[in-house]
Amino acid sequence: MADTFIMLADWLVYGLLGLDRQTHFAGVAHFFVEDTAKIFFLLTTLMLLAGFIRSWISPEKVRHWLQGKPKGLAYFLAVTLGAITPFCSCSSIPLFISFLGSGIPFGVTMAFLITSPMVSEVGAVLFGEAIGWHFTLAYVGIGMATGMVGGALIDRMKLEKWVEPFVIRVNVPVDGAEGTKPAIRKRFDRAWNETRDILKRVWPYVLIGVGIGAVIHGYVPQEWIAGNLGADNLLAVPLAVIAAVPLYSNVTGVVPVAEVLVDKGLPVGTTLAFVMSTVAISLPELVILRKVLKLEMLALFVAWLVVAFIVTGYVFNALF
Amino acid sequence: MKKVELFGTGCRTCAVTEKMIRDKAAALGVQIELVKVDDPAEIVSRGVISIPAVMVEGTFVHKGGLPSGRDIETWLA
Repeated sequence: MADTFIMLADWLVYGLLGLDRQTHFAGVAHFFVEDTAKIFFLLTTLMLLAGFIRSWISPEKVRHWLQGKPKGLAYFLAVTLGAITPFCSCSSIPLFISFLGSGIPFGVTMAFLITSPMVSEVGAVLFGEAIGWHFTLAYVGIGMATGMVGGALIDRMKLEKWVEPFVIRVNVPVDGAEGTKPAIRKRFDRAWNETRDILKRVWPYVLIGVGIGAVIHGYVPQEWIAGNLGADNLLAVPLAVIAAVPLYSNVTGVVPVAEVLVDKGLPVGTTLAFVMSTVAISLPELVILRKVLKLEMLALFVAWLVVAFIVTGYVFNALF
Repeated sequence: MKKVELFGTGCRTCAVTEKMIRDKAAALGVQIELVKVDDPAEIVSRGVISIPAVMVEGTFVHKGGLPSGRDIETWLA
């Protein structure tokens, strides 16, 4: 299927626009057309499908599944459900309060909140198509492991004191009003609405991401990346993670950048560290979480992710 | 006068939903009293997790995600 997009870009860039294949600029334009078309096509299809499936998994159900489970199982369930259910970040506050209020441990709740924004099915498939399925496996695995270990550490350190006190006092109804059971047609309509809404929100990230990827593709020489940011430069991994902290992008915007970095020979571990840090640490998300978590907890949250991604980067660079 | 309660913490989707409801009510000529419930504690204690959620005359008609224009028409009819 990927060939279709290469053919489209060939036709548009070399045929219709008549650019010379040998020039850097033609390479940039080709990359831009191919990746933009591919990402928007996959994004739309995947979001429709994910939205449709998600209409069966409400947060009420997730809460129900996590309640009263032995801790080990609860952590695993929390990150698995976190990975497959991308809740709108605006729902994370009610979700957090309601999880804690119905007896789900703080560590398990945090495991869910760490993994959920980091791993998405859209990201998983895009990475697979653009870079390879080994990268998808690493992306999902790291997202789940960071959540599980982070949650367990928070639990072990007994950090409930860093939750805003009002949260504990909220009286959560035992059986929150169940959502209605909509007809298939209605679920599809809703998925379509959501897809349109998300597309409206993420298209700039995609274009910027593809743009950056295209410029690196056309103008940054492979030798430069290998020479300066290779696995033997021990500073490359922490630099990649820290440089990405203030950057925030939807995962779809990072894919083309990661694709071209790997292509240019940036080690997989360094690329993964950069990708995870860009996707996971976002200022808007932290501002929202500040409503329920004290500043100390947010600082620890960010510190944990930074450390986890740096370690990940070194480990993957050493192994592959 | 219909009482419409909108549960949301000020996120973008919630703001869009509010505007859609107001516009639709104006277009249909329906008088509504729109109450915004934005205190997270109150939202949760009334059984809502996914926002925006909408209650019309004391009954939940919507939980989570962006409603469609057609949804809103049914609520206000």
